[in-house]
Amino acid sequence: MDFEEAEAKELLRQAGIPVPPGELCRDADAAAAAVGRLGRSAVKAQVPSGKRGKAGGIRLVDDPAQARAAANAILGMEIAGYRVERLLVEKFAAIAQELYAAVLNDVESRAPVVLFSTAGGMDIEEIAAERPQSIVRVPVDVMRGVDRSRVRSALQGAEDADAVADFLVRLYGLYVQTDAELLEVNPLVRLQGGGLAALDCKLTVDDAALYRHPELAWRGAREKLTELERRGRELGLKYIALPGNVGVLANGAGLTMTTMDVIEHCGGAPANFLEIGGEAYTKATAALELVLANPRVKSVIVNFCGAFARTDVMAGGVIEAWETLRPSLPVFFSVHGTGEEAAVELIRQRLKLEPFDRMEDAVRAAVEAAR
Amino acid sequence: MIVRGNDRVVVQGMTGRQGSFWTEKMLAYGTRIVGGVNPKRAGDTHCGVPVFATARDAAREIGGIEASVMFIPPPAALGAAEDAIAAGVRLLVVLTEHIPSHDVMRMHALAAGAGCRIVGPNTAGLVTPGEAFAGIMPAFNRRVFRPGNIGVISRSGSLGTLVCLNLVDAGYGQSAFIGIGGDPILGTSVTDALRALDADERTAGIALVGEIGGTMEEAAADTIARMRKPVVAFIAGRASPPGKKMGHAGAIVMGSRGSYAAKRRALEGVGVRVVDTPAAVADAMPVRR
Repeated sequence: MDFEEAEAKELLRQAGIPVPPGELCRDADAAAAAVGRLGRSAVKAQVPSGKRGKAGGIRLVDDPAQARAAANAILGMEIAGYRVERLLVEKFAAIAQELYAAVLNDVESRAPVVLFSTAGGMDIEEIAAERPQSIVRVPVDVMRGVDRSRVRSALQGAEDADAVADFLVRLYGLYVQTDAELLEVNPLVRLQGGGLAALDCKLTVDDAALYRHPELAWRGAREKLTELERRGRELGLKYIALPGNVGVLANGAGLTMTTMDVIEHCGGAPANFLEIGGEAYTKATAALELVLANPRVKSVIVNFCGAFARTDVMAGGVIEAWETLRPSLPVFFSVHGTGEEAAVELIRQRLKLEPFDRMEDAVRAAVEAAR
Repeated sequence: MIVRGNDRVVVQGMTGRQGSFWTEKMLAYGTRIVGGVNPKRAGDTHCGVPVFATARDAAREIGGIEASVMFIPPPAALGAAEDAIAAGVRLLVVLTEHIPSHDVMRMHALAAGAGCRIVGPNTAGLVTPGEAFAGIMPAFNRRVFRPGNIGVISRSGSLGTLVCLNLVDAGYGQSAFIGIGGDPILGTSVTDALRALDADERTAGIALVGEIGGTMEEAAADTIARMRKPVVAFIAGRASPPGKKMGHAGAIVMGSRGSYAAKRRALEGVGVRVVDTPAAVADAMPVRR
């Protein structure tokens, strides 16, 4: 789950990390009033995307009249597919230097890593490409937590090394406290009057850990979902809308992606990703209804390969949905693995269809039927 | 990470619905399950096997345990792993999906400190056809698994099953199936699994079933370049849009990192035959049946 800047900064503030004074606003009046109090400010669109500045979603204003104009221009703007509904009005910070700081899960070392660079303001990928020598990387022993003296010695020679070390230690603390996958402050700035401040912040909390952070779950950004994706979410199914016309129902992430790949390989285009692996294998009826609710779908491929998931249970669910909805579309089956004999028997008897022995053949038939 | 018929195995969470179902399947197949773990059922016998409060109790009372298979829900997974590692388990098969990533990193740190290998999380497990299996794979299905000379590495259980089935259809059998898991932070990488199969004398060729996301396939290229055994790969996710998690928490393309093209290029660069459909894995396998 991603967090908008203002929500992430509230968490930074609570963790004792310096953030410029700011106010969250929903309309131009509030923005004007905020600038009346704060003076020269930045008016910043609140959407969970890093491309706000380039999209015109951030403007500097000197007085309430300018704030009103900026707010009217930015509110309602579409940035990276998100409609701007809220603004952060933040007191202007006079910057001496832009820096970069982050804590993230490092997949290769299977441990958290603290990153710091004096080349702030660019993406970390750009920093890595253009000024790799500026990146300080401190691996952390997740059982013992971050070691301040190790961070401090890694910063040897850096300006304000003590203050930066303190900042990074606090940042690590918040990363642990929020079960973050990524907590990035970019830019972290050194102010002209001295001191550090987090000027922008990106926080991604691990979805799998939200159960133990009910206080965070409601503050996260709403995901950009289509109507069917939202319905899938409510049913506990991972449905992703795609532009093609071959409906996909498969079990397991790997097999579902592969079904899509083979559809493209045969010259077709998938209409959706939808997998009912793991415990979701009992939800085949609801899943098929979701696939069929997309009016673009011209044919359906049902591809099951049961390991943990029982194909007879999944096929039974599909048949139930098919008999209830009686769609006029063609459906093609490939069924293998756990429960295969019973599943094939069910499909033959109730739908009078013969499952394909090779999934590639079933997919090809579905692609041809959708033409 | 190749499970053997004489390995002594415990099942944590054995008495639950899934734990019971798969324990019976594993026992029937020949896996040497010597104990189960459930703190509320200590002293019972379940599936004909004694139940202990902890894996440490099991180790103390029945002697050395080589492996544990965990049927444990996400909030309790770290505690169960800690228990198994303290019990001296050398191989820990973590089937659980959706374990918080900070717990996963703690689990890996504890295992590394104790010399324990974690397979997973979110793995479908390990199969050595004709010998033993540990996990939730249809090892007992003769159309899917039979003893042979192909080592199979897969992040996905369902797709791994399909590739195994295609191999058997084409007249091959498997020396071992290593399900490494669909999570982003895995205890056993593609490289680890390749090294194990390269050293395994029953394995003549390797089928690598990868998927988009992460850089494990790219990182394995150096290892493959030094291996004698041929590798055929299928990478799932060519048709998947970037920036979306495709079911598996690990299956997401960020920028060019983790993309299908990057993986295919890295693998083909070291002589791997990368095929376009799962069934083509067997056709491209340059070893005798």
